[in-house]
Amino acid sequence: MNDKMKKLSPSTTELLKTVLGLVAVYIVITVVSMTGNLSHSMNNILAELCIYAIIAVGLNLCVGFLGELSLGHAGFMSVGAFVSATFTHAMADAIPSLYVRFFIALILGTLCAALAGFLIGIPVLRLNGDYLAIVTLAFGEIIKGLLNVFYVGKDNSGLHFSFVTDNSASLGEGRKMIINGAKGIMGTPHVTNFTIGMVLLIAVLVVVTFLVDSRTGRAIQAIRDNRIAAESVGIPITKFKLIAFMISAGIAGIAGVLYSHYLSTVTASKFDFNMSILVLVFVVLGGLGNFRGSIVSAVILTLLPELLRGLSNYRMLIYSILLIGLMLFNWAPKAIEWRQMHRIKLPWKGKDNASS
Amino acid sequence: MSFISYLVAGISLGSIYAIMALGYTMVYGIAKMLNFAHGDVIMIGSYVVFYAVNSFGLNPFVSIAVSVAVCTLLGIVIEKIAYKPLRKAASLAVLITAIGVSYLLENLALLFFGSDSKAFPDVLGLPALSLAGGRLKIPGITIFTIVCCIIIMAALMSFIKYTKAGQAMLAVSEDKDAAALMGVNVNSTISLTFAIGSGLAAIAGVLLCSQYHVLNPYTGALPGIKAFTAAVFGGIGSIPGAFVGGLLLGIIEDLSSAYISSQLANAIVFGVLIVVLLVKPTGLFGKAIHEKV
Repeated sequence: MNDKMKKLSPSTTELLKTVLGLVAVYIVITVVSMTGNLSHSMNNILAELCIYAIIAVGLNLCVGFLGELSLGHAGFMSVGAFVSATFTHAMADAIPSLYVRFFIALILGTLCAALAGFLIGIPVLRLNGDYLAIVTLAFGEIIKGLLNVFYVGKDNSGLHFSFVTDNSASLGEGRKMIINGAKGIMGTPHVTNFTIGMVLLIAVLVVVTFLVDSRTGRAIQAIRDNRIAAESVGIPITKFKLIAFMISAGIAGIAGVLYSHYLSTVTASKFDFNMSILVLVFVVLGGLGNFRGSIVSAVILTLLPELLRGLSNYRMLIYSILLIGLMLFNWAPKAIEWRQMHRIKLPWKGKDNASS
Repeated sequence: MSFISYLVAGISLGSIYAIMALGYTMVYGIAKMLNFAHGDVIMIGSYVVFYAVNSFGLNPFVSIAVSVAVCTLLGIVIEKIAYKPLRKAASLAVLITAIGVSYLLENLALLFFGSDSKAFPDVLGLPALSLAGGRLKIPGITIFTIVCCIIIMAALMSFIKYTKAGQAMLAVSEDKDAAALMGVNVNSTISLTFAIGSGLAAIAGVLLCSQYHVLNPYTGALPGIKAFTAAVFGGIGSIPGAFVGGLLLGIIEDLSSAYISSQLANAIVFGVLIVVLLVKPTGLFGKAIHEKV
C-alpha cells in the first residue's frame, strides 16, 4: 500500500474496493456474454439486478443512515419512471437521438422524484418513527391511485393532460396516448442495459459514500443515533433529514427511470407496497447502513428465484421468515447477549451499524 | 335519499374501521408499536369463519366464536414469538419485524387457502330494513355492524374503567416502569392487549367480509392500513378517538367514492391522513406527549 492509499479515509478505501469489485464483475460478465456463454434469460436480468441494487442503496440511505423507515420508495420509483417515460415519448420528434433523450429523461426523473421526496418530507419528517413509515406508505398509495387515473395524450398541437376521464377521444391530428390510465405507459424504447445500469450504480454508490463521509453525513448519523443530543448541539434536524430523504428519493427515481426504459410497459400498480417491501428485505438482509451488503443481497435475492424456479411459490414466504429471523437475531437483547457471550461477530454487519 | 344511503354505508364501513382501529390504538398505546400484522389477523379470522361455515356447516355465531378464539390465540402467539424478544430494541427493528409477520401471514394464507378470491357469504343473513316507504333500504348487516361497534366500544371502555386488568392497561400505557414497580405484570398486560385486539380483529373480519363478500389473502392489508389511519386520525392510544376516527374515515371514503371517483377514494383517505398529521399530529383526541430529555 503506498502513501496515497494510506491517506484515504477508511470509507473511501472501502468504496474503492467495492467499485473495483463491481468493475471486475462487469468485465467478467461482459466477456462471458460476448463469447456467447450467457443464457438469454441471464442476459436479460443483468440490467434488472442493477436497478434493484440502485434502489436498495437508496433505501438503505434512508433506513440505515437516516434511521427512518420508508415504505413508499416504490412511489418515488414510479415518479421517476412515469416522468422519464413521458419525456421520452413526448420529445420523440424534438430530440431524435435516443440516448440524449434518455439522458435528459434520467435527470428529469431523478429531480422529480427528489422533489416528491422534498414535498412529502416537509410534513412527514417532523414526525418520528412509525408515523413516518405509515405516511410514506400512504404516499405510495396516493401516487399509485393518482397515476391510475392519469391520462396524457399527444397530438400535433401539443400535450393534453386529463384526470379521471379518458381524453383519448378529444385528441386532434397525430394523436398518441402516452399515459393511458391504469394501462400505464406502453412502448417506451428499451434503453436500459447492463452497462448503463452498472455506470449508474457506481455513480450512486460514490455519491452516497461521499455523502455519508461528509459533514452532512455525520450530522445525519448523529440525528439517527440520538435526536435530542443532536438537536442540543445545534444540528438542524429537519434540514438534514430532508437532505437525506431527498437524495434517497432521487436515487429511487433513478431506479424508476431505468425500470421504465427496461420494460416496454409500466403500470402504476407495479410500484405497489410489495415492491417497497421487497426492497426493504434487500436492505435489511444486506445489513442496515451497509451499502455493499445491499447490493449483494439485492443481486442474490433477485437471482435466486430465477435460478430456483421451483421455489417461486415459497419465495415471499421464505423472505418473510428471513426478515423476522434476522431482526430477532440482530436486535433482540437476548440474542445480542448470546452473541457477545459466544463472541460471534456478524460478518454482514457494517461498521456504521445503528445497533452499536 | 341516495345521500343518506351513502352516509349509512359510510357509517357502517367506518364502524368496521373503528373496531379494527381499536386493535391498533390499544397495542400502540401500551406496547408503543405499530402492529402491522393486525390487518392480516383480520384476514385469517375471516378464513376461519369461511371454512367453519362452508366446510363444517357450523352455526354462524358459533363459527364467529371459534374465529375469535383462533385470532386471540394467534395474537398471543405472534406477540410471544416475534414482538416480546424485541421489547427493548429500537422501534425500527420492531416495525420491520411486524412487517415481516404481516407478510408471513399473507403468504401462509396464500399457500394454504390459495390466491383465488373466495365469495364470502352473508353468514348472518339478516333482513334488510325498509324506510321511507321502501325508498331507503338499509341492509341488515349494515345495522348489525353499527350496533356491534357501539356495543364493543361501550364494553371496552367499561372494561378499562371498572376492572383491575383494564386499570393495569392504563397504568402500563402511562408508564411501563412505574407500573411494574406498583406490582403490575407488564408482560401479561401486553399479552392481554394483543389478545383483546386480535379477538376484535376476528369480529371486524367477519363484518368486513359479510359486507364486501370477497375474501383473499390480501383482504386485510389495505383495510388494516386504513384502520391505522383512523387510529392516527382519532389520536393514537385513545379509544373514543378510534371510534370517531374510524367513523369519519369510513364516511369520507364512502362519500368520496360516491361523489368524486371510486378510483381516487383510497388516495383521498390517505390524503386525509397526511393533512391530519400536518395540522394536528396528535389526532383529534390525542394528548400531546412532551418528550423528556
